[in-house]
Amino acid sequence: MAVFKHAYKGYDGPLTPTWSRFLILPRYAFEEMSSKRFYSMFFLVSMLAPLIFALIIYIEHNLSALKMLQIGNLVPIDPRFFLNFLGWQSMMAFFLAAFVGPGQISPDLANNALSLYLARPFSRAEYVLGKLSVLLILMSIMTWIPGLLLFILQASLEGHGWLGQNLRIANAIFFGAWIWILLLSLLALALSAWVKWKPMAGGLLFGVFFVAAGFSGAINAILRTQWGNLLNLSHLIGAVWSSMFEQPMHRGSGAVFFRVHGEETPIWCCWVALLAICGFCLYLLSRKIRGAEVVR
Amino acid sequence: MAPVIELENLEVRFGERIILKKLNGSLTGRSIGLLGPNGAGKSTLINTLLGFHQPFSGTARIFGKDIRSEAKNVRSLLGYMPENDSFIAGMTGVHFVRLMAELSGLPAEQAMERAHEAFFWVGLGEARYRNLGTYSLGMKQMAKLAQAIAHGPKLLFLDEPTNGLDPPARARMIQLIQEIRDRGDLRLILSSHLLRDVDECCDEVLILKDGRIAASCNLEEERRANRKFLELETRGANGTFTAAIERLGCEAAAFPNGRMKLVMPDGVEIRQLYALAADQNVQIRRLNHKRDSLEDIFLKAMEVPNGGV
Repeated sequence: MAVFKHAYKGYDGPLTPTWSRFLILPRYAFEEMSSKRFYSMFFLVSMLAPLIFALIIYIEHNLSALKMLQIGNLVPIDPRFFLNFLGWQSMMAFFLAAFVGPGQISPDLANNALSLYLARPFSRAEYVLGKLSVLLILMSIMTWIPGLLLFILQASLEGHGWLGQNLRIANAIFFGAWIWILLLSLLALALSAWVKWKPMAGGLLFGVFFVAAGFSGAINAILRTQWGNLLNLSHLIGAVWSSMFEQPMHRGSGAVFFRVHGEETPIWCCWVALLAICGFCLYLLSRKIRGAEVVR
Repeated sequence: MAPVIELENLEVRFGERIILKKLNGSLTGRSIGLLGPNGAGKSTLINTLLGFHQPFSGTARIFGKDIRSEAKNVRSLLGYMPENDSFIAGMTGVHFVRLMAELSGLPAEQAMERAHEAFFWVGLGEARYRNLGTYSLGMKQMAKLAQAIAHGPKLLFLDEPTNGLDPPARARMIQLIQEIRDRGDLRLILSSHLLRDVDECCDEVLILKDGRIAASCNLEEERRANRKFLELETRGANGTFTAAIERLGCEAAAFPNGRMKLVMPDGVEIRQLYALAADQNVQIRRLNHKRDSLEDIFLKAMEVPNGGV
């Protein structure tokens, strides 16, 4: 209908599949983000580390380059190398979550937009999944996707034998990154849902990590135990990565953020604590994501 | 006409509080008005039909689809214009409506086309690329209407659509609602405190009081009915007089200062009223023929003890 025919009419055209509708939210979010220079710059900066790591792999396999630089062996390309990469990129992902995460749900709550979303054939779960996928997609591009590309680059330069022997590294990059970005995304969304002021929600995300880390250190020191580590998210992630990469995290490996200090907490306890945090975030989201607020 | 909404012992509770108390009924009108004082349960009923609240017991059906077991299918038939300021921050008007249409299942291209059409239809064509945050209250109301109809729903919920509108904007909104109603392919549920809005737009009305249905009335039939509506001013009338009138077969509602409104059935003559008044020593000081207005229906419904018809 031409726009000059100002009359209401029904719609009986094609519809999109129900399962794909949650992807509308990230599409709109990316459209908005692409118009902001800060996000574009940040994203470009976050791609510097993968480029440097790729360069190291290339030089390591290029004898003439090594001769030119007059070094025998630049950096060993082993699980620790990939763990370092994942650590640095995960720190960048953390900053991204702190910038992007708070803007996901809080504006919708502040502007009563949830009733508009949920009055459609669009469930609460799809809404959360849509908002979650904004962060998951962005952080995937920063973490496990370049990680696996580096792994493939190394495998292609090293030969098939290396690939078969080190397949666990690829698994560790993929699953280790997913645990981190899922935890970060859920935390960022839960804070965004409970704190309507965006800067406050971003600040709280830092608080959850750094204040909780300090608090856990204090518990450990006062009670002479290691169970306070269960409150330290970076310790939990560090311990899980350590088991996945089969590398100790004590000796300055990985990003400084994920080093495991002191005694190690049993790995199953770390998993349980991470699951409990994710579950708690989902509970917080389920309390807040409603079409209409109930005043009891 | 097939029912739009069927209520079947619908009960909604918030904690211990019972908000909707076993509602039963069937609404068939093209345009249904939802009336009631604050706290009567109007918004809770709309929110329950939209799936925002789960019924404690009973259920409701919209176009025959159960709101509990087919919630998503039900919502694919609905458009909703909420009462409060509701929009998405940092978006232009047309992007907002396009997003809402896409979430309702329209492909991106069609959603964009329909968003433009909807904006022109509500009279905001020139403002469609402006940020929603810069819209006036009246423009926001129109933008909310645009998002509610862009995807071509079968049933439209309008919650206080004329809230905060100046007289010309109100007239425009009423005109748009009447236009939708008169097309006939989209049913309306209009919740409003303003009886005039409901009177101008609706052909059926559901009045809620204390979580119960206090009255349900087909305004169209009422308007067509050839019944005798009388307005009396009396002196000395009391409950006995009202009861005696009702025994004659009249529907009667008593108001302060001896005012009464009656609906006379066929076969009852006015002189019988005078005879009754003389018997009971009641003076009829004034007698007017008057049609029952929506206000009368509403006030009468409010007098029903504990709600419920």
